[in-house]
Formats: sequence, structure tokens, C-alpha cells
Amino acid sequence: MLTTAFALSFYAAALILLSGIAYRIRLYATTPAPLKIPTTPAPRTRSGVVARMFREVVFFQSLFNANKWIWLFGWIFHVALALVVLRHLRYFLQPVPAFVAVVQPFGVLAGFAMVGGLLALWARRLFVPRIRYISGPSDHLMLALLVAIGVSGLAMTFGAHTDIVSVKAFFLGLIFFNWQPLPNDPLLLVHLGLVAALMIIFPFSKLLHAPGVFFSPTRNQADDSRERRYVGAPRPRSNVV
Amino acid sequence: MGAATSTFNPMEHLVGDPLEIPELAYGAMAGSKPYVAAPGHQQALGFPGELVENWQEKAISRLGELVDKSRALRVYMDSCVKCGACTDKCHYFLGTADPKNMPVARQDLLRKVYRRYFTWSGKYLPWLVGAEDLTKEVLDDWYSYFHQCSECRRCSVYCPYGIDTAEVTMAGRDIMDTIGLGAKYSNEIIGKVFTVGNNLGLPVKALKATLAGLEDDIEEETGVPVRLPLDEEGADILVVTPSADFFASPHMEGLIGYAKVLHESGVSWTLSSHASEAANFGIFIGSEENMRKVSMRIREAAESLRVKRLVFGECGHAWRVAYSFLNTLAGPFDFLDQNYPIPQHICEFTNDLIERGKLRFDKSKNDAFRLTFHDSCNVARASRMGDDVGGQFTIPRAVLRAACNHFYDMAADTIHENTLCCGGGGGLLTDELMDLRVKGAQPRMRALQRVVEDHGVTHMAAICAICKTQFSKIMPKYGFDMESIVSVHQMVSNAIILTGSLQAEEFDGRQTSALLKV
Ligand code: SF4
Ligand code: SF4
Ligand code: SF4
Repeated sequence: MLTTAFALSFYAAALILLSGIAYRIRLYATTPAPLKIPTTPAPRTRSGVVARMFREVVFFQSLFNANKWIWLFGWIFHVALALVVLRHLRYFLQPVPAFVAVVQPFGVLAGFAMVGGLLALWARRLFVPRIRYISGPSDHLMLALLVAIGVSGLAMTFGAHTDIVSVKAFFLGLIFFNWQPLPNDPLLLVHLGLVAALMIIFPFSKLLHAPGVFFSPTRNQADDSRERRYVGAPRPRSNVV
Repeated sequence: MGAATSTFNPMEHLVGDPLEIPELAYGAMAGSKPYVAAPGHQQALGFPGELVENWQEKAISRLGELVDKSRALRVYMDSCVKCGACTDKCHYFLGTADPKNMPVARQDLLRKVYRRYFTWSGKYLPWLVGAEDLTKEVLDDWYSYFHQCSECRRCSVYCPYGIDTAEVTMAGRDIMDTIGLGAKYSNEIIGKVFTVGNNLGLPVKALKATLAGLEDDIEEETGVPVRLPLDEEGADILVVTPSADFFASPHMEGLIGYAKVLHESGVSWTLSSHASEAANFGIFIGSEENMRKVSMRIREAAESLRVKRLVFGECGHAWRVAYSFLNTLAGPFDFLDQNYPIPQHICEFTNDLIERGKLRFDKSKNDAFRLTFHDSCNVARASRMGDDVGGQFTIPRAVLRAACNHFYDMAADTIHENTLCCGGGGGLLTDELMDLRVKGAQPRMRALQRVVEDHGVTHMAAICAICKTQFSKIMPKYGFDMESIVSVHQMVSNAIILTGSLQAEEFDGRQTSALLKV
């Protein structure tokens, strides 16, 4: 019963996550960008754009220039999240790839860093009047959800251990459509339930910033409007001479 | 207008950190709004004369259209994470303390309506995601706060996703125009371009007389017959410049500077009465159609005068539209000489001559000026000059340094891509918004005050007609002389030594006697 419920919700969550993001990306990609609007400092070439995007996505360059505290907490959270996600791969992959094993010890530390970063971001949201002003219920809930996922995960690592071997069997079973029983451990169930919720919320929320950043014309366009005529959208005939 | 805030005394705000974050003053600027465009001004641009009856329905459908045809808008509506990085980046927020002037809050005015009608979460869980119906109150907020953004894009530099509030402001204004709620200033001006050819509504006759007057002045000053030709077919270069250059100080002094440089370079050039305006207010109202129509006049002028090159005078938004959009909207320009940048900025033109050693300057003529430079936002953050990244920063400064002995930059976090708007850009340069303009200029005035104290700076140069007009109006309120704002080419004009001029005789005489003394 429990296994069936979780198995089905994970299938549903994965489906909603993937199709939702695919739909959004398709929308972004097919919406025309009528004019060249890169923001300075804009690179002049496509390779320059790739480098710029890399610096934005990996180092949060603009955010660094904007506000060191938000940058610090935000960057810690994202890097820690990446490590945690990598570490979790060992529950889905058999055999476990070597890089996952390398990440493993950092992954545990990263769990704390992730929750720490989130709490710091939340504190800013609560105590800095400007940021409180722009925060809505969903912004707080999103932080609550992520903190809860992190805390329940950490609790399993450091408090009440769960039967990790069965968990892995459950997920491998999900992947190969050969369901295995999920351990009836309240912490684990809370953790997994929240993760499924996050997956479902993703395509409907501001978490779309993740794919969105790659489609932002101010960041992904090259500054070459004098060198190459840019035709960003279908235009009236009269204009094509 | 803006009664709640009339106690603002600029002089109390002159000294301090230009980027100091004020305490929030909720609703402080809710009453600040421009005059509504009259029916005639609306219709001339293809918009309904006044607020249409089914405005709500029409506005929502226009929002849908805009999102469908602008990837920027679509991505920006979805992607903001409310990180707050942009909250203290807008000069209008810094100057007015009204939290709705924080870029993200300005975007949210549109975003909440977008969410309500175009997203699943906003339809079914509006309270959760901050989605709201488009009510009269929301529309009133749009009208106030989308007219408190100069579309300067400072916020876009700092947003981790490059969310450009200027794009959101443009969309907001486009929607309001579409339902018949336009702002008088911009729409009236665009209408003048369509009927007379320029923002000021200067007829050809007046234009001719002005240019003839300037020719006389220059000849009297230099002894050289420098021409300012109008509508001369077959000239090499068409110069397109803001109409303020034909009319007022310090713009006119800049135009005299261009004329002298062009004369000295030996090329033939002309102005056009059909394209007697470089600025394109179509961008301010976010209307691609109107922007294209204004741009096409420049193409038509270039074609009918059979010129080979296009050079733009000093104007911020004009240069953005020219540099970034002209080729797209009115191109391709394959009938022009492809060996030169199309279009070229007058600063690029002058700097090129300076680099090739073709111009001579008597810098001492500008010794009364201790200069700093105001990077106009739309040049700084939305365009380029020359071949190098950042040429829009280095080239105007190189021109100034060639013409002056004393140049000092303002603090690094207030220039280049971090530059602060003059406070009057984006279609806000109108008297009824004076309170907003004064407050929006506060960060720039503070940055200026610092170099005044540290380096004895006396003048600030700019390359944007709006900046120059705005500064000459608001600088006196901050205790600066209204003449402390100057054109870059005004400095060029003061110091350039034309071949065969009285200045050349005097200069060479001085050099010779200096040599003899040694
Ligand atoms: S574009 Fe400029 S004026 Fe508009 S919100 Fe951003 S910083 Fe403020
Ligand atoms: S910086 Fe960008 S993502 Fe952050 S609040 Fe402002 S607009 Fe939103
Ligand atoms: S008027 Fe000048 S400073 Fe203001 S936005 Fe335009 S270019 Fe920038």
C-alpha cells in the first residue's frame, strides 16, 4: 500500500517535472526575441556569450557585483545542493560511479551548508525590510520546503538511520518497473514526500529561473548588432528591401 | 502632483553616499504621474483616444500578445526569485524611498496580473503566488510607477538572470497605450516627429535660419567658413542629431563642435530636414511599430540624399536605438559604404581623427573647466562604440582628455555600466514630473558633489540630449550652476584649432615665441 502510493507519486512527480520543464523550455525557445538587447558588459561573440553564461551560472557573477551577502548565501546553497544531489546518485545507480564516491564525504558536509545557506537567505527575507516587502507566501513556503527536505535528510544521516539498502532497492525498482517495498520509516517518508512535492511544484514556480537564465536575451545575446543584421522575428514585408 | 512629498529639500540630500539605501517610505510617490495624452495625440500613433470601455479585457489580451512575442518578457515574468539583489539599484528608489520603485516591485506590478490570467498557480492559488486581478487600483499603480522608470537598465546589470525592468516598463506602457491611457509627453512628441520631423516641432524654415546663424557665429569666431548644410544631396555623411542641438544650450555648442570636426576632416556632410531628430521616443513607450516608423525616416533620408555614411550626434536613447535596433528595424543598409560602422557615433568619428593625428587642440582654452563625465545610461548599458568591449566608456573620455587638461572620474560604482541615470530619461522629462526628476537625480548629484570636493570639478560633460536638458534644469536645485552641464563636443569646439583660423595663427604664434624664448 505504502510502496504503491509512493511509487505512483514518484512516477507522477517525475512526469510533471520533466514534461513541465520541457513545455516551458519549448515556450521560451519558440517565443521570438524581436530586438537585440544584451546588457553591458556584453561580449562581442558567441564564444564570449558562452563564457559569460558560464560565469553567471557557476559563479553568479552579477549577483556577486550586486550584493555580497545574498551572493554568499545563495552560492553556498546552490553549490551545496549540487553536491547533495550528486551524492544521492548512489541511491539510483548501480554500480555507483567513481565520482559519486569521491563526492560522498563532501556531500554530508554539504547537507549542513545547504540548510545553513537557506536559513541565512530566509533570515534576510524576514529581517531586511526591502526584501521582506518583496517576499510573498510562496517565497517563504519554498524556503520552508527546502529546509524541511534538508533537515529530514540530515536527521536520517545523523539521527535515526534508515534502511538505506532497501531505499536503494526501492528506487532501482522504480526505474526498472520492478517495485520493491519501501521501508516504513517516518523520517524517510517525510523526506521523500517533500521531494516529490518539490518536483511537482518546480514547473509552476519561480524555480523556473534555472532553465530561464539560459534564455534571458540580456545575457545570451552577443553585442554584434552593427556587424550582423539581426532579424529576431518575422517582420512586415515593407521592411525587407 | 506628489503632494505628500513636497517637503523634499534637495540641498539636504546633496552630501552622502550616492548609493545609500533609504528607509522605506510606503506609497511616497503614489501621486506622481504624468499628464494623460489627449485623444488627438493618441490617435496619431494608432492608439484609442481615451480609456476604452472594456479596458480590462483589452489590457489582458494585449499582455498575452506581448508575452507571446517577446522572449525577454516571458522569461522575466517566470524567472524572478525575489532575491532582492536589484532592490537598491534604482536611482528612483534611492531618491524617493518608495518601495514600489524597487525594480522587482515595479516588475511585480505587471507580474501579478500576468500570473493571475496566464499561469496555473495564479488562476487557482492567487493568494499563494501573489497573483491579483487587474483592477482600477492596479491600473493606477501602473500609470504612476511605470512612469517612474527611466528604462535605464541599471537593475538589469545586477540581476542574476539579467531581468531587465526596462522591458517590463515598456510592456506596461504599451498596454496602457493600447487601452487608450497614454502619457502626454512622449506621445505628443512622437506625433511631432511624424508631422514635422523632430521632437521640438521645428519647421524646416526655422531649422535653416538656425543653421545659417550658427555658420555666421563660427565664422566670426574663427575666421573660417564652416558650413552646416541641410538637405544636401550627394554628401558623404548624413548627420542625425537630437533636435535640441538646433535650439538650446549646451546642446547647440555641441553641434558647433561636430561641425568644426567634420569641417576639419574634409568630408562632405549634411543634415536632413526629414530626419531632423535622432531620438526615437518609440522606445520609451515600448511600441515597436512607432519605433520602426521613426527609424524609417532616417533610412528614407539617407536614401533620398544618396549619402554613404550615417553619423549620430550626442544622444543616449537615440544611440541605443541606432546602434542596436536600426539595422533590424530599418535595415539592411547595404546601400551605404560598408567600410565604416553603420551607424557611427560622432564620438567615434572624432576619436578616430584624434587617433590618426588629424586634429589639433589648444587644451588651455578649456582650462576654466575641471571636468567629469556622466555616462548616459543608454550609451553605457545598451550600446557600444568602437571595436573594443567598453569602447562606449573609453572613447568619450579619450575625446574629452584630448580637448581638456583637467579630467576626473566620479566614483567607480557610479560610472561605466554602474552609471546612475540623470533622473529624466525614458520619457519623464516633463514639468509635471519635476519632483520625481529632482529626487531621481539625487544619487548622481551626490557622486558629482564628491569629485567637486575632492578635485575641484566645475563641470560635468554628457552625451545625451535628455541628460543635458535634465541636468541644466535640476542642478540649480542642488546648488550647482545650470551651466555646469556641458556637451562633450562643446569642449572639442572650444579647443579645436581649425586650419587657417584665427586660433591657429594665435596658437602657432605662441608656440614660436615660446621656442624663441628657450
Ligand atoms: S530600468 Fe532604471 S529606472 Fe527602471 S527600474 Fe531599473 S534602475 Fe530603475
Ligand atoms: S535581482 Fe532579479 S531575480 Fe533578484 S529580485 Fe531583482 S529581478 Fe528578481
Ligand atoms: S536621459 Fe541620459 S542618463 Fe537618463 S536614461 Fe537617458 S541616457 Fe540615461
